[in-house]
Amino acid sequence: MSILSNKYEAVIGLEVHAQLATKSKLFCGDSIAFGAEPNTHVSPITLGHPGTLPKTNKKAVEYAIMMGIACHCEIEKDNFFARKNYFYPDLPKGYQVSQHTTPICKGGHIAIKTDGVARSVQLNRIHLEEDAGKSIHDIDDDYTCVDYNRAGTPLIEIVTEPDLFSAEEAYQYLTEVRRLVRWIGVCDGNMEEGSLRCDANVSVRLKGETKLGTKVEVKNLNSIRNVKTAIEHEIDRMTHMLENGETIIQQTRSFDAGSNTTFAIRDKEEANDYRYFAEPDLPPFHLQQSFIDSIKQALPALPAALMGKYEHEFGLSEYDAAQLCQEKEIAEYYAAVTAHTNHYKAAANWINGPVKHYLNEHKIHISSFVLKPAQIADLLLLVEEGKVNFSVASVKLLHAMIAEHHKTALQLATALNLLQVSDANELETWVSTALERMPDKVKEYRKGKKGLIGLFVGEVKKLSKGKADPKVVTSLLEEKLNGAD
Amino acid sequence: MFSFSTIKDYHIALSNGHTNCVTAVSFYIKQIEVNSHLNAFLEVYKEEALERAAFLDLFYQKNNALSGKLHGVVVALKDVICYKGHKVSASSRILENYTSIYNATVVDRLLQEGAIIIGRNNCDEFAMGSSNENSAFGSVLNAADNARVPGGSSGGSAVSVQADLCMLSLGSDTGGSVRQPADFCGIIGMKPGYGKISRYGLIAYASSFDQIGIFAKAIEDVAVTLQVIAGEDEFDSTVSTIPLPDYPDALNSNGKKYRIAYFRQALDHPGLDGEIATVIKEYIELLREQGHVVEPVEFDLLDYVVPAYYILTTAEASSNLSRFDGIKYGYAAKDDFDDLTDFYKQSRSAGFGAEVKRRIMLGTFVLSAGYYDAYFTKAQKVRRILFDKTQEIFKSYNAIISPTVPSPAFRIGEKSSDPIEMFLADIFTVFANLTGIPAISVPLFKHSNGMPFGLQAMTAFEDEATLLALSKELIAINNHL
Repeated sequence: MSILSNKYEAVIGLEVHAQLATKSKLFCGDSIAFGAEPNTHVSPITLGHPGTLPKTNKKAVEYAIMMGIACHCEIEKDNFFARKNYFYPDLPKGYQVSQHTTPICKGGHIAIKTDGVARSVQLNRIHLEEDAGKSIHDIDDDYTCVDYNRAGTPLIEIVTEPDLFSAEEAYQYLTEVRRLVRWIGVCDGNMEEGSLRCDANVSVRLKGETKLGTKVEVKNLNSIRNVKTAIEHEIDRMTHMLENGETIIQQTRSFDAGSNTTFAIRDKEEANDYRYFAEPDLPPFHLQQSFIDSIKQALPALPAALMGKYEHEFGLSEYDAAQLCQEKEIAEYYAAVTAHTNHYKAAANWINGPVKHYLNEHKIHISSFVLKPAQIADLLLLVEEGKVNFSVASVKLLHAMIAEHHKTALQLATALNLLQVSDANELETWVSTALERMPDKVKEYRKGKKGLIGLFVGEVKKLSKGKADPKVVTSLLEEKLNGAD
Repeated sequence: MFSFSTIKDYHIALSNGHTNCVTAVSFYIKQIEVNSHLNAFLEVYKEEALERAAFLDLFYQKNNALSGKLHGVVVALKDVICYKGHKVSASSRILENYTSIYNATVVDRLLQEGAIIIGRNNCDEFAMGSSNENSAFGSVLNAADNARVPGGSSGGSAVSVQADLCMLSLGSDTGGSVRQPADFCGIIGMKPGYGKISRYGLIAYASSFDQIGIFAKAIEDVAVTLQVIAGEDEFDSTVSTIPLPDYPDALNSNGKKYRIAYFRQALDHPGLDGEIATVIKEYIELLREQGHVVEPVEFDLLDYVVPAYYILTTAEASSNLSRFDGIKYGYAAKDDFDDLTDFYKQSRSAGFGAEVKRRIMLGTFVLSAGYYDAYFTKAQKVRRILFDKTQEIFKSYNAIISPTVPSPAFRIGEKSSDPIEMFLADIFTVFANLTGIPAISVPLFKHSNGMPFGLQAMTAFEDEATLLALSKELIAINNHL
């Protein structure tokens, strides 16, 4: 395969449908909540009853613009919807209202990083459209059942140029799209529930060739992992076909997550003529620059900007900054902690370490974490000031604070007797006891085995039940060991 | 014996105790029964209308006041307007047993002002036709001559007013479907400008052309009804948000002299009945004598209006009628179909009538890849040019007048074999729908064959007030004859 991968290259384009997290549908007031009883969020408008008319949900337009701004797209000011005409039982009106000629967001790009190398994936467009209902083929032996709850849900379709060149890039791109939609709050990004859906267009060509190879569209990809696996499989399949002199035919294929393979569901789009024309039931809508600007202003700081700030202003490593910016709520929590302390690096360590560990272990989202950022700041300050040592603070004290979150870190540390002792008299006793217990080691140390200092420190820690300030202990030990005896 | 002239007089009679709503409804129910051969109604809400009338009478007794601007006004609805809990079939087999689950905005507004809805009117299937011969439930007969058509597509609604089967009725006008039957039946038919009345609850034929219209015998009644049903609606975003003027008050502009244009090519059109041409030319002279300025303007696009209209409306119709697929409601093929496609074919083939199928196919064709630019795009260009032309004319004139229809009501069956000739009957009316301007047909004349015919007037977009005032003047001048 490695020889073949030097000879051929894959070109991939992704079409991502994201259900917008609005309260109501794109063209009527029905709820879009997931998981309701079938056909309960269906007004006459959703069902396409005779005489009904659409009315555009402004929030959906706003969300599409937010995503466009986040992806550096050009926002189209003069917009209209078009009808895409086709018959299918889950399409109540016999046409889908979509933006055919004028996508609300044109161009744009999304930055990804693969194997440490950063690049921008070019977008073709982001446009608004309504979702169809859901056909359910497997709950009745004789009939297909249709649930129209989803019909009319607002979607944005984010379409890349054929600008991805490996399954890993596709994986990174999708991960980034998911983070972005969640970050700005326009979509919950849940692929399992279908709020984020992806179709992959894959083609393979000889390296150096400028013309695109015949493409295959892969559908039914309900996780980011599956998208990667399906693309890997397709690249492999097509490469071998080309190598064997076979001709690739334009197809739509479906991914089978059981076997990690794809199978053809139809050959080359059966020349579907959708007969697009401007939706006459909705007047064209013009966006004022001031409206676009206000959306831009209300947009939260994006991950890339925050990472830059954390790296360059706070001096964090790229890795730490990236870890903090995986999720907006984490990044915001971090920002809130740093409002109380300028121990930036320590704050990052606390959040990326013990806090995340606790949250993961207990399957709690940061938004429901009982400790306020100020409390974490207090906690880390105790460590930074040498009052409690980190390992004690990150386990015992953290848990104590979670259990009794109305008490301060200092109160609890005192109550639990966790404060480090730096009082020389008390320390002196422990130091002497430790050295007395290990006369042989003391001799070895004095002969030059200076690494043994750690052993002595450890012993003092044990004796003090962790309360001895290791810095002070070390200097006391050194003083004793190096001094005349 | 109950008699009706205007809403205003009726309301005076109600307050004088000379009549009541139950008497009115009983009268119309009797009239409908006596005239059932006209086939103007598909359904009469007899009990319901009587109950509502009794309720309104009681309301008046208790409050010594009318419940609204249309208190006790007996109204009929074209069978394309949705009335919750009532059947609405668009005179089509495909919706024969369909019951609406919500009210059209106009229905809500009528009821709010105290109107009594007495029934639903027969019409051409999905409002497609100019003679009412395309109804799945039989032709409607013209009350002036039962061998002639009442016009279409709102034939039943026109005849209901013509034959005193109700006080006023609502139709829909996509290319003349209110004005043309009004012309054929000798009554007033008004189509306000596009977006003046909410289309929510109006079964769509061609969305960018459709407009609900009003049939009445008195222009005052048209003004009152328009005031009630027009205006902004949260369920229809194509409705104008400009606040409504006081339409009844607009009728008081006595003595105003108008600048009126007519299309020279229209009055010289070879398809125009000679007698109609002559009568209208004489009437133009009369208008001039009354001090109005009436001038010809050149309009060399006349021959393009009908083709452009049929391309654009059928394109929209082909899409609008896709929802009638037998899946969610309406007629569905029984179990003997092979697959989904066969189910669609069987349901739609049996559900739709010939004219509707013709227009769906025509509309699908003009939107098809390869033909799109030659037909659809070109027709859109024509529409744009017409719009600009109209703007230009209204810079210099208050109104445009023309014959409403090139000929008086024809005989049933006379044109039904020739769709093109039928389409050409719309030559003077489609202009107002292509450009979206308000238009009216006022009953002024009688043909030597005994049939009435009217004059069409059109005003600038958003200027229904002038249209109503001018109509009053046109009728007044005629009465002076």
